[in-house]
Amino acid sequence: MTSAPAKAAPAPTTPRKPIQPGRILMYALLVVAALFFLIPVYLLFATALKSPDAINLATTWHWPAALNWASFSEAWGKIGGNMLNSLFLAVVATLLSAMLGSLNGYALSKWKFRGANTLFALMLFGMFIPYQAVLIPLFQFIKSIGLYGSIWGLILAHVVYGIPITTLIFRNFYADVPDALVEAATIDGAGFWSIYRLVIFPISIPGFVVVIIWQFTQVWNEFLFAATLTNTTSQPVTYALSQLAGGQAVSWNLPMAGAILAALPTLLVYILLGRYFVRGLLAGSVKG
Amino acid sequence: MKGLSKDRLWSIAVLAPSIILIAVFVYGFIARSVYVSMTDWGNDPAQALALDPIIRWVGLANYQELFSGFLQGRFRQEMISTIFFTIFFILGCLGLGLGLALILDRNPKGEGLWRTIFLFPMSLSFIVTGTIWRWMLQPQGGLNQAPTLFGAQPGTFGWLSSSDAILKFDWNKLPLLTASVVGIVLIVMAVRAARSGDRTRTVVAAVCAAILIVWALLIGPNVKMLPAPELHGFNLALIGIIIAAVWQMSGYTMALYLAGLRGIPEELREAAKVDGANDLGLYRHVIFPLLAPISLSAMIVLGHISLKIFDLVYAMAGPDNVATSVPALNMYLTSFRQNQFSLGAAIGTILLILVAFVIVPYLASQFKQEDGHA
Repeated sequence: MTSAPAKAAPAPTTPRKPIQPGRILMYALLVVAALFFLIPVYLLFATALKSPDAINLATTWHWPAALNWASFSEAWGKIGGNMLNSLFLAVVATLLSAMLGSLNGYALSKWKFRGANTLFALMLFGMFIPYQAVLIPLFQFIKSIGLYGSIWGLILAHVVYGIPITTLIFRNFYADVPDALVEAATIDGAGFWSIYRLVIFPISIPGFVVVIIWQFTQVWNEFLFAATLTNTTSQPVTYALSQLAGGQAVSWNLPMAGAILAALPTLLVYILLGRYFVRGLLAGSVKG
Repeated sequence: MKGLSKDRLWSIAVLAPSIILIAVFVYGFIARSVYVSMTDWGNDPAQALALDPIIRWVGLANYQELFSGFLQGRFRQEMISTIFFTIFFILGCLGLGLGLALILDRNPKGEGLWRTIFLFPMSLSFIVTGTIWRWMLQPQGGLNQAPTLFGAQPGTFGWLSSSDAILKFDWNKLPLLTASVVGIVLIVMAVRAARSGDRTRTVVAAVCAAILIVWALLIGPNVKMLPAPELHGFNLALIGIIIAAVWQMSGYTMALYLAGLRGIPEELREAAKVDGANDLGLYRHVIFPLLAPISLSAMIVLGHISLKIFDLVYAMAGPDNVATSVPALNMYLTSFRQNQFSLGAAIGTILLILVAFVIVPYLASQFKQEDGHA
């Protein structure tokens, strides 16, 4: 797989025409790469659709003779409740993060004050810290305010640790809004809040889309907080899936069907709104 | 501009909750973790979960225990594993990502579809990826069965279960090795500075290198962190986890590189062609140098992800597989399964220091640049 770049660079050497060895090599490399990315998906479905007694390590690669859809209902029975936990968690935490991020980004980009950049850099650091370095005090704190084992403790953690990235995305988004727009509104007598309501918020839809997709994906996929701050009634789906797959004598159709179910929401978001997903991805790499 | 107008006060009022939350949840909690790491909270199991535990200050004892204590060999192996993991993971993602981006930049048919295929693992949870790949890498199944599709014998490699290691070295030699590597880097820096005629830098780098080399030759061999030799290396069982991690994250580097390639103005390529550059020269002298900052950016983001990765390992190899474990996983187990909070906090702090080495200079340089513009 690492041989791809070495071959890719010196490929075609003459201007493009319909059929050329270079083009054929290019498509061949693309197909090989696509196989690397898609073979796990084939095995995922092949295994999820087998009945437990048809699963055998020696026949891993065979497509099931008879499709067994019952794996999905059985997996849903085990992790369905956790899926609903995750859905509630992700929706609430995402909406709160997005609102907070939008206001922060607006304040930081349109009402710059001295030290704003330093403050922002200090904020951003929170995005990169390993959560292991704050986990014990966080656990104690959530416990001490009585939210341990409740989905609200998890929401609180996700909203707080989401502040850096949502602020970053909105700050960069609002940086492209011309300052003249805000100045004109100030001259017309509009203040901080009326400018936000009448000028900034209405043009923020694309920013909100990026942030909502990004945060939803992050919160849905998160594992460490899920494993430490919740108990059996409030566990999100990532934790439930890890339990489903973790045992020694598992029948593999179940975790595979569970993985498909757990992946479905974020995968749908990505397929339907991929463009915005990529934008969030690129924003996460901090380009100032 | 006006001093403190009402609007300006509002903007600060809007930011205040976030500032307070970050101050407490990030900086306050980090300080608290560092404090906990210097106590003995949980080292006595009877006190760990007591309502009002007796906690004593022990200074750096927990760190000393981790780096040289008899019982903490697992942690030392994890430190080495996480370094190897980070190096191979970054190389894999950068190589594959750049390759894919260069191909897609040549405008193949159905570009959107290819991009979707290469990027979709990014939207999955590490737990989902881990579950899938755990099945792919079953010792008697999955990848090892693939040769049978072509009539060959099944493979026998112990993905995730191998206990073999390569590149082994004695933990006792760690100070010596570190000093030697840093010394060599300094010598290279000195030579480079001498070539570019920077005398102060040459002298400083050369003197530092000399001190380190003298230390390594005279004192280094006698420094012993442990009473007996302890071998650590790159555990082969990690290879499978690295492949899965590259599978998930290389789409990200592809997206970064593709954005970079699309940002290179067509005139620049034309100009290089006019100057007589062939395709190879165009890439070597024009395009790759322009992509260098993107590589750095990607290395930093991937590096911090890899240093704190633990859910993928948890889902693929389980929490108890010492050969594949990483410090981030150990921190979770130590704190929340064994209730050894102070030791867990120490591991968390070490992770933070590792990540800070990568992130702080990066953030600092990003914002220095920006302040320069303003």
